[in-house]
Amino acid sequence: MSDDLPPSPILKLSRRQLLHGAPIAAGSLVLGVTLPGLPALAAPPSFKPTLVTINAWLRLSSREIVVAVPQAEMGQGIMTSLALLVAEELECDWTMVAAELVAPDPAYLNPVLGQVATGESSSLRTTFLPLRRAGAAARLMLTAAAARLWRVPVAECLARAGTVSHPASGRTAGYGALAASAARQPVPEPGAIVLKERARWSLIGHSVPRLDVPAKVDGSAPFALDLALPGLVSAAIRHAPQFGATVTGINDSVARSWPGVIAVVALADAVAVVAQRWHQAQRALKEVTVSWSAPPPELVADDAAALARLRAGLAERNPVITAERGAVEVALKGAERVIAAEYRLPFLAHAPLEPTNATARVTPERCEVWLPTQAPGPLQALLAERLGLKPAQVLVHPTLVGGSFGRRREADAALEAALISRQVGGRPVRLMWSREEDFRHDYYRPAAVVGIQVALDHERRIAAWRQRVVAPSVLARTAPEKVRDGGEPLVTAGIADQPYLIPALRVEYVRCNLGVPVGYWRSDGHSINAFAVECMIDEVAAALHQDPLHLRRNLLAQDSRAMRVLNRAASLIGWGTALPAASPTSRRGRGLACHSTAGTLVAVAAEVTLGDDGVLAVDRLIAVADCGTVVHPDAVEGQLRGGLIFALGATLEQKISLQDGQVTAAGFDDFPLPRLGRLPEITIEVVPSEAGQGGIGEVAVPPLAPAIVNAVSSALGRRVRVLPLSEADLSRSAG
Amino acid sequence: MVWLTVNGRPTEVAADDDTPLLWLLRETLGLTGTKVGCTSGQCGACSVLVEGRAARSCQLPANSLGDQRITTVEGLGGPLAERLKAAWIAHQVPQCGYCQPGMLVSAVALLSATPEPTPAEIAATLTNLCRCGTFDRISAAIRQASQPPAPPPPQP
Repeated sequence: MSDDLPPSPILKLSRRQLLHGAPIAAGSLVLGVTLPGLPALAAPPSFKPTLVTINAWLRLSSREIVVAVPQAEMGQGIMTSLALLVAEELECDWTMVAAELVAPDPAYLNPVLGQVATGESSSLRTTFLPLRRAGAAARLMLTAAAARLWRVPVAECLARAGTVSHPASGRTAGYGALAASAARQPVPEPGAIVLKERARWSLIGHSVPRLDVPAKVDGSAPFALDLALPGLVSAAIRHAPQFGATVTGINDSVARSWPGVIAVVALADAVAVVAQRWHQAQRALKEVTVSWSAPPPELVADDAAALARLRAGLAERNPVITAERGAVEVALKGAERVIAAEYRLPFLAHAPLEPTNATARVTPERCEVWLPTQAPGPLQALLAERLGLKPAQVLVHPTLVGGSFGRRREADAALEAALISRQVGGRPVRLMWSREEDFRHDYYRPAAVVGIQVALDHERRIAAWRQRVVAPSVLARTAPEKVRDGGEPLVTAGIADQPYLIPALRVEYVRCNLGVPVGYWRSDGHSINAFAVECMIDEVAAALHQDPLHLRRNLLAQDSRAMRVLNRAASLIGWGTALPAASPTSRRGRGLACHSTAGTLVAVAAEVTLGDDGVLAVDRLIAVADCGTVVHPDAVEGQLRGGLIFALGATLEQKISLQDGQVTAAGFDDFPLPRLGRLPEITIEVVPSEAGQGGIGEVAVPPLAPAIVNAVSSALGRRVRVLPLSEADLSRSAG
Repeated sequence: MVWLTVNGRPTEVAADDDTPLLWLLRETLGLTGTKVGCTSGQCGACSVLVEGRAARSCQLPANSLGDQRITTVEGLGGPLAERLKAAWIAHQVPQCGYCQPGMLVSAVALLSATPEPTPAEIAATLTNLCRCGTFDRISAAIRQASQPPAPPPPQP
C-alpha cells in the first residue's frame, strides 16, 4: 500500500471498535497454513516474513489477535466464522480477536474454485481444517517461545485464554508479549499438530456476536462507495441498450458544458461522464447522444423469441450427454409408461442493494482498485492484462460487500473504472452504475427450458430418468476450460448429484446462446434443476397415485441424511393432516421438496392458499437442513432464512424480460423483492450432524420454488410448470 | 449555496438547488452512513429523518428543505434510538448491512410516532428493501425496542 493514500476501507472488525488497517508490525507472529494437495507458493510480499505456503494468517500483538480473511464478507458472517476457527485452537480470549479483509494473493487460492475467490458456498468447506490447524500451530509456537524464555520443558507449559503459564513456577506471559519470539520458533511439523476433539470445542458451534454487526448498525461500516481519496471524482455510465452493441459515435458538446463535468469518456460498449459529483455526472450523461452499432445476430429480441429458441433445443438430435448411468434408452423404450414434462424458467437479476461500483486510480506504473468483489484474484489478473501491467502492479482492495449473490464475481465495473481513470490522467475515479444500468446490464441467471422423461416399469417403479437442460452457458465465458467437452457443469448441476436412487439416469445439455450475458447466481444450476426435478417427482407420484412424501422416501431410503431432513420438514408442516380451506372460494395445498447443494441437504415444506381467482398466498414455510458440522449457528440460520426469502421473490414474481433486444426492468418496481409484512411464517431447523462441512449461502434457494409450486399444483389440481408463478394463470377457471 | 440543519448543526453547503439531499450528505458532508441504493425512492437505503419523520433523501431537492431538521443515522441519539440499536445488535439483524442504516432510521421514525406498533403498522411503515432477507429479525428488534420500560416498583 502506498504511503500517500489512506488505507483500504476494509478494515479490521473487532468487537471493541473498527480500526483502520495497518501494516504488520515487525516481529509479529505471521503464520502460514498449507492446504493439502497444493504446491508451495511464495509468500505474499506484504506479509513477509512468512514461513511456509499460506492460506490464511493470523497476527498477534499485545492488544489483539488479527485473522486475515481473503473471502468476501457479503453478510454470511465469514469474517467472524474464520476468526472463530483460528481462535478455537489458539486458546485465546475471544474478545481480543479481530478479522481483517486482505488483498488477493495466490496463497489464498480457493481449492474448490481454483481462484482467489468466494463462491459456490465453499468458504467454510475449504477453511475448516486449515484455519484450525493455523490456530493450533500458533499455540504450539507461543508455548515453545515461553518454554524457551523460562528454560523449562515445553510439556510443562499451558496455553489458555491468551496466556501461556508454567504452573510449577507460577510464571505467566501473555500471547502478545511472546509473539515476537514465537515467530522465530520452528513451524510445527504437521504430525505434531493435534486438533481439539469436538467435545472440547468452546467456540465452534456457538453463536458468538458477529464482528461486523455493530458497525453495520450505527452506519460506520465502510463500503466502497464511502471511500474518500484525495482528488476523487465521480463517474456515471450508460451501456449499449442492446447487448453486444458498441459505440460508433458520440455527441457530447452539451454534456461537457454542464456544471461539474470533467470529461466524457467513450468505452467500447458504453459512455461515461466524469464529474465532481455523481449527481452531476448522471445528469450530464443524459445529454450525451450516442450512436450504437447493431447488436450481434444471436441477440434475441424478446421473451417469446427466447422461449421459442430454448424450446427448439428440446428437439436437438445431438445433445451433449453430461452424465449417464444405466441403460436409459432401453428403459424408456421398454417402459410401461413414460411421464414427460417441460419446465420453463426466466432470466433473473441479482439486484443487490449496493449498486455496482468500483473506484480506481491508474497511473502508467500502477493500478489500484477498491470495490466489493467475490473474485479479487481473477480481477487482479484481468486488470493487469488489460492495462499492460504486471500483476504485482495491480492492487485490489476488497471492501465489505453490500449484497452480491454471484454478481460480484464479475470484473466489469472495475475494468471500466480503471479505463476511465486512465483517460482522466490517473485521477481516482469512483464509478457507480445507476440502478437502471444495474438491472439492464447484469450477468443474469440463465433462462432455461428443462425437459424430463421418466420411464415407469411394469412394477410401477422409476426405471429411468432423462433430463435435458436447454440454456445459455455461463462457463463458456467465465471458465471455458471447463466446457471443452461441450457440457456445462454449472448449469446442469443439481441432477446427477442428487441422492435419489434412480437405476438409469441421463443428463443432456443443449447450449442455446441468446446473446444475453449470463453469470453466477446464488446456487446457479441448482436453482434451475431442483425446480424441474422436484416438480417431476410430484408428477410421478401423482401418476402412480402415491403420496409425494412416500415416493421420496422410497427413492431416498439409502440416504439417511436426506431422509432425516425430509421427514422432519414433513412432520413440522403437518404432512398428512387435514388442511381446511379458509373460505368457500379458496383452496389450500402443501408441497415438499428436498435438494442437496454443496454438501448440504435441505428439505422445504410449503403451505399455500390459492383463491379461485388465482390470487396466491404463501402461508408457511419450513426448512430443515443438514449442513454437517455447524461453525456459527446464528449465521447459518440467517443464511437459510435469507435464502428462502431470496428464492421466494424468484418463485412468485421476478423475471428479466426483453423487448427489442433490451431488458425492460429499470428499477426495483419492475423486479419486486419480498418485503416486510408480505412474508410467510418461516421455521428454520438445522439438525445436529457430524457430517463434513456443507455449504450455507446458497443451499436454501433450490428447494424453495418446487416446494411452493408443488403446493400450488396440489391446491389447483393441475400442474404448474413455469416460473415465476405470476406467469401462470392460477385461477380455477383456467387450464 | 444551500443552508441545511443536519444532526443539530446548521451548515451551508455549495450545491445546485435541485441536488438531492442524499448527495449533499454523502459527498459534501461526508455522512456516508446514509446509503445510495436506487436514486428513485424505491429502496429506502437513503432514509433520513426530516423533522422526525422518515424520508428518502434521494427524492428531496436541497432547496425544498428550508430550515427543517435533518437527522442521519450518525445523528441518531436518545433513549429510543439507543434501545433500537441495542435490539438490532441483540438480534444480530444485519447480513450484508447495506440497507440497515435506512432500516434503523425508519424504525426510529415508526416508534417515535407509534410507540407500540402492530405487525401491520410495522409492515406498512418499514417498506425499505433488504435483499438479504433480514425482515424477521428487523420485526423482532422493533418489537423488543417497543416494549415499554418496566414500571417502577409500587411505593409502599
